[in-house]
Amino acid sequence: MNLLYFAWVRQKIGKSEEQLTPPVEDVASLIAHLRNLGPNYADAFADLSRIRVAVNQRHAGPDAKLGPQDEVAFFPPVTGG
Amino acid sequence: MQTRIRIQREDFDLNREVADLTANGEAGAVSSFTGHVRKEGNLSTLTLEHYPHMTEAEIARLVAEAGTRWPLTGVTVVHRVGSLKPGDRIVLVAVASQHRHAAFQACEFLMDYLKTQAPFWKEEARGEQHHWVEHRNSDDDAAKRWGS
Repeated sequence: MNLLYFAWVRQKIGKSEEQLTPPVEDVASLIAHLRNLGPNYADAFADLSRIRVAVNQRHAGPDAKLGPQDEVAFFPPVTGG
Repeated sequence: MQTRIRIQREDFDLNREVADLTANGEAGAVSSFTGHVRKEGNLSTLTLEHYPHMTEAEIARLVAEAGTRWPLTGVTVVHRVGSLKPGDRIVLVAVASQHRHAAFQACEFLMDYLKTQAPFWKEEARGEQHHWVEHRNSDDDAAKRWGS
């Protein structure tokens, strides 16, 4: 799947995009997987109340199902306008 | 309903946007909101980042939702990204309808939801310090009052 990171999530992880296809079924298990990839990921995902997710460019929750072709984005609560 | 959604680095011209919105002659009322970078303390630069494609798609969904709630003839949303200075324009929402109530209400509805749904993030620079602007719970409350 294609993973995208924005704002401070991008800065903490140190990249804006990567291709990974871990054996996960949903957003919650993807986050659990990412947290174990290194201290930068653990830091970015330390407080999930500050993380929002989009799957295929739509807002999604931790239960959203994932497949290998999906685009998953992680970012802080939005601050536009 | 004529819909125009643009994400751009450049500034925009309110008069020109409203002229485009009313060119077909259907609108009797246009309500617009322009957001500016507020001068606060030693704020030097506000940098806006967004999620290309999702931003446009999310705003299009909000405009379509507004179109089901009010009889609108046109909506224009322009949101700037990149580096902005205090006083600069950030966002324009302009709504045209046959009558004023729909235009006023839909404009406010769109701004309230844009603030909570559209994937933009602001980073402030104050001297050497940079920090990401925190989401405001009051914005969630403003959006919630419209019901789902």
